[in-house]
Amino acid sequence: MMTALAEKPLTGNMRPDGSPLDLPAYEQAGGYRAIRKVLSGGMTAQAVTHEVKDADLRGRGGAGFSTGMKWSFVPLGKDAPNPTYLVVNADEMEPGTFKDRLLMEQDPHQLIEGVIVAGFAIEADIAYIFLRGEYTLAADRLSRAIAEAYERHYLGKNILGSGYSLDLHLHLSGGRYMCGEETGLLNALEGKRANPRSKPPFPPVVGLFGKPTVVNNVETLCCVPHIVNNGAAWFRGLGRTKDSGTKLYGASGKVKRPGLWELPMGTTAREILEEHAGGMRDGVKFRGLLPGGVSTPFIVEEQLDTPMDFTSMPKAGSRMGTGTMIVLDDQTCPVGLTGNLMRFFGRESCGFCTPCWSGLGWAERILQSMEEGHGKPGDIEKLASQAKMWAPGNTFCSLAPGAADPLETALKYFRPEFERHISEHRCPWR
Amino acid sequence: MLTTEEISEIETEATHYPRREAVSIDALKIVQRRRGWISDESLRDIAAHLGMSPTDLDSVATFYNLIFRRPVGRHVIMVCDSVSCWIMGHDRIRKHLSERLGIEFGETTPDNRFTLLPIVCLGCCDHAPAMMVGADLHSDLDPRKIDARLEEYK
Repeated sequence: MMTALAEKPLTGNMRPDGSPLDLPAYEQAGGYRAIRKVLSGGMTAQAVTHEVKDADLRGRGGAGFSTGMKWSFVPLGKDAPNPTYLVVNADEMEPGTFKDRLLMEQDPHQLIEGVIVAGFAIEADIAYIFLRGEYTLAADRLSRAIAEAYERHYLGKNILGSGYSLDLHLHLSGGRYMCGEETGLLNALEGKRANPRSKPPFPPVVGLFGKPTVVNNVETLCCVPHIVNNGAAWFRGLGRTKDSGTKLYGASGKVKRPGLWELPMGTTAREILEEHAGGMRDGVKFRGLLPGGVSTPFIVEEQLDTPMDFTSMPKAGSRMGTGTMIVLDDQTCPVGLTGNLMRFFGRESCGFCTPCWSGLGWAERILQSMEEGHGKPGDIEKLASQAKMWAPGNTFCSLAPGAADPLETALKYFRPEFERHISEHRCPWR
Repeated sequence: MLTTEEISEIETEATHYPRREAVSIDALKIVQRRRGWISDESLRDIAAHLGMSPTDLDSVATFYNLIFRRPVGRHVIMVCDSVSCWIMGHDRIRKHLSERLGIEFGETTPDNRFTLLPIVCLGCCDHAPAMMVGADLHSDLDPRKIDARLEEYK
């Protein structure tokens, strides 16, 4: 039997020159079949949600929550609150993450089809793509694609004569990492500061403008048409481990070939690093990596054979996050790098609760003083106790807990380097 | 005073939302695109148009880093200072820009040509270090490439 080529449902149709697929090209490649299938009466809203749940699609924004489960919390039917909203979280700002940009720039209709299918499943009336303001090329291409989709009656009133109507608007953000947090994003869409909201209630019940709202990541929604077309069993079979589907994995830092690859879910960190990214550049050695953005705990050599998926990474003391790894090498100072992370979190926090506004700045100043040779005995313990105080339960959202993860693991794996900064009164890398 | 075009563009965006104040960020961006920044006068005019208090609108305007409440140069340079760019030489890029332009982050050149600002990860980590000038992304930067690129912005 011939070995099947690795399937790449999300990126397989993309053009090598990076130009976007317009509507005819997307249809030529098999696009918009999923909406025809569901809107022609082939599937009920509940059946779509069931299929997505059965496919075990988990949120690609990093949290890994079951997408079908999230959809199933939305009240359906005539007595449900009206309108219902679907919001695409296209606020890709997690440092080291550059996967959704590719999906939006090169195949915008795949996302739009995902929006329509998901909208149908939750009986959404209005959808928004919440796009970060700096993604100007994605904004142009999405605007054009949305206009094309309206022209073909894939959006708007009574789509393809099905009786289902959906409007889709593109919202360009005013900035700030906080907007990536689900409820901060909803506040931003309402024209407010992007402070997180108290949960519960959760957005599927009380969300945008107080109405039922599902917030899904770009990559998550791009998987949806393929699940509808090929079925839950096919999607589950794409993964190499218990986790389903393919994943856009990436690598940045001093590797030979930084980049992005669609691979079976559960590909190991080592395979991504050594085979796809080509290993470390000449003259530098591997020290560790942040598996999926800066809010995930470091892993080091002995954890490299862990499959990068939602289930396996926690067993190795980390998380997959967004799946785009940031690689630390031996020529880069781990204390300086940790300081960079704390400066990022401190600057981007909304400043609403104490662990953030008090703790992050404190940690950043300690790390900065270590870098400048003014580190004092006890600083490491201070950092460790700070990180403990940023734990879930002490904060309104996951920003500060996300900052604690790389800090605690940096202290764990690179402790001698922190100690050297203090005992030598200098940064050994400077 | 808001211009007719500004009002018309704000009103078009406003149809996308069930509540009027929801368009506030779009409105700030629409006015900023034409005037470069949001002055106190612009802020008051937009607030009045949306039926908000200037204080409420300012609490929104000052939260979002892509809204400028101080004058900026003709071209705003936003240099990524997040982790992947930091590993790949952000400090060198920043130093070069500062020396060449004679300004630090948050400042504008005396000829009003460039404003220099830091920015969160631009999602260009596989081509780090990166920066934006206006709406354009520039990647795989080194000092020579920066010099060549900046010539394109007069």
